[in-house]
Amino acid sequence: MEGEFHPEYGPKWSDQRVERLLGALVVFVVGLLLAMIAVVVARAWPSFAHNGLAWFGAGGDVDDQLNAISLSGQNGLDYVWTFHAWPLIWSTILITGGAVVCGLVSALFVSVFIVEFAPTWMSNVLQPVVRFLASVPSVIYGLLGVLVLVPFIGNHLVTEPEKASVAGVISLTGYSLLAAVIVLTIMIAPLMVSIFSDGLRAVKPGWVEGSLALGVNRWRTTWKIAVRAARPAIVAGTVLAVARAIGESVMLAMISGSVGFPPNPADGLIFIYEPSRPLAPTIVKNVDQLSSKPANATLFAIAAVLLFSAALCSLAGWIARRAMRKYGAA
Amino acid sequence: MEPSVATPPPGRPPAAPPRGKAPTGAVEGSATWSVLDRLGLAFCWALGLLFCAIAVAIVVYLFLQGVKFLKLDQLTTPAATGFSETQTGGFSDALVGTLIVATMGIALALPTGIAIAVWLVEYGRPAALARVTELTIEAIAGIPSIVLALFGTVIFSSTALGFLSRSNEGVVFGRSFFAAAAMLSLVALPLVVASTRQGLESIPRHVREASYAVGKTKAATVRRILLPTARPQVATGMILGLGRIIGDTAIILVLLGATQNFAPVEGAVFPFDYLRGAGTTLTNFVYEASPTGNLNQPQKAYAAAFVLLLMVLGLNAAADLVHRRARKAGTWSH
Repeated sequence: MEGEFHPEYGPKWSDQRVERLLGALVVFVVGLLLAMIAVVVARAWPSFAHNGLAWFGAGGDVDDQLNAISLSGQNGLDYVWTFHAWPLIWSTILITGGAVVCGLVSALFVSVFIVEFAPTWMSNVLQPVVRFLASVPSVIYGLLGVLVLVPFIGNHLVTEPEKASVAGVISLTGYSLLAAVIVLTIMIAPLMVSIFSDGLRAVKPGWVEGSLALGVNRWRTTWKIAVRAARPAIVAGTVLAVARAIGESVMLAMISGSVGFPPNPADGLIFIYEPSRPLAPTIVKNVDQLSSKPANATLFAIAAVLLFSAALCSLAGWIARRAMRKYGAA
Repeated sequence: MEPSVATPPPGRPPAAPPRGKAPTGAVEGSATWSVLDRLGLAFCWALGLLFCAIAVAIVVYLFLQGVKFLKLDQLTTPAATGFSETQTGGFSDALVGTLIVATMGIALALPTGIAIAVWLVEYGRPAALARVTELTIEAIAGIPSIVLALFGTVIFSSTALGFLSRSNEGVVFGRSFFAAAAMLSLVALPLVVASTRQGLESIPRHVREASYAVGKTKAATVRRILLPTARPQVATGMILGLGRIIGDTAIILVLLGATQNFAPVEGAVFPFDYLRGAGTTLTNFVYEASPTGNLNQPQKAYAAAFVLLLMVLGLNAAADLVHRRARKAGTWSH
């Protein structure tokens, strides 16, 4: 056997070396993530340090503050740091919350429909439709929003008296919470549907059959047994959708209105027609200011907030999915 | 000779009768349900049809606008400055830019993703590192791409990486195809890892044991047996990753440049002068040409969006094809 040489036994691809090589790569990727967190937080620190907790609070016009910050970096004057992000955070909460609630309800019904009730031809149509909706680039959603939905809302849904009633404060043009929530719902619901329906398919048949055998009809069985058993999948999908919604920047930069204005529910129902701008689009809109040092820190501070929320979501999703694995699903 | 005992492959429960799709006639209709339950079912139908309607509306509307506004010369002429839409050229640079970014991004993400998936499934020691890696991949999937883009500005503006972009008197510009593709590969990475991993995990253990039994090492087994078997899933992951790369706008906006033309770096060797320079992609063009962007040419935005949508539809069709073929060939997980 001495003379025989099989290349796969050669020292070049010895098992240990491969394992170490792959391990090194894995460590590199983990390190990259840690480095990203460290870099973003380090860059963001001056902004947080100068503002303290007031960073998250309200006060003043956030757009004016951003302008002052970037100008101070360019003119070589004393840096200005004052930044109160509440309007942006409030807008993020409203838009994300609205889209996730609408998305959750519709995704739950659609995935139940696909898995349990749709005739075969219908679910064969719906599945590619869901996959397609999930794969349309956000900029296309943004374009359709800005050219179709926004003018429609501005011209047909918002009435003149409504425009006049808030005329001194903000102008209602159609760039609105409503447009943002609708388009964002269409973007994140397919994501939820695919995860929900995986979860529903993995429910143990015996549980469902037991309920059916007791004479419970299929509709109630599905909601009382299958949907409950698939709860970890529902949590995981929702959390993922929240992360996607918080991080969505380009589409929202196009249709949310791009004004640092906190929509006020106290205005009555028309607050859904009010424009605003969430956190992520603020970065997109101010990307030219990255060379100005205080603006750079402020934008990284926004990024740090986004990163922190996304990380929380990922962690929650990961925990939910581990729980799912324990019960044999997914 | 002893007959081989047929054991079900691990990870797959013994075949259960399909649920919900009972033999025709045995399915309980909704006629006996209470009104509320029937209303719920009607709501299901309404939402399902609404989803279909939205998808059809998007495709048909963009198709109509695309046919109306897309001129073939737009695909071959670069953007130019001008006062009217007839003078401003087309978006050939954006189209080529999308292809470049997609190729480079996936060329980075595919090997890395496969390697990570192989390590996770086949090696995965120490267990703590495996868990951390899983979490890392999950986290990367959840990071907003705008945050990745900002991180990219820090990395690629460092003087050590000045050779990857334009640098001027020690100041590194940090915007280039290299920078954008590197960050976009992180967007595609989780999809490649997840899909490859699923493929590897669905291969039964006895396949590996058979390979070890004939004397192959673990590395050889992975390379010669497992990865070829998991090829459909790897391909699916690649296609999904490509879709995400060509659809991403935030990273392009931040890391590729605020230009609608190639801006090659003077004095560099041919492919590198373009790759080190700034550029544009279709997503960037659509963004800038939309009413909220700097160009404001909605007709061209529609045309470019139509081209982009065709690419996405093509990728979806490719994914379907891979899936169907794999099912026909009868691999383990399809």
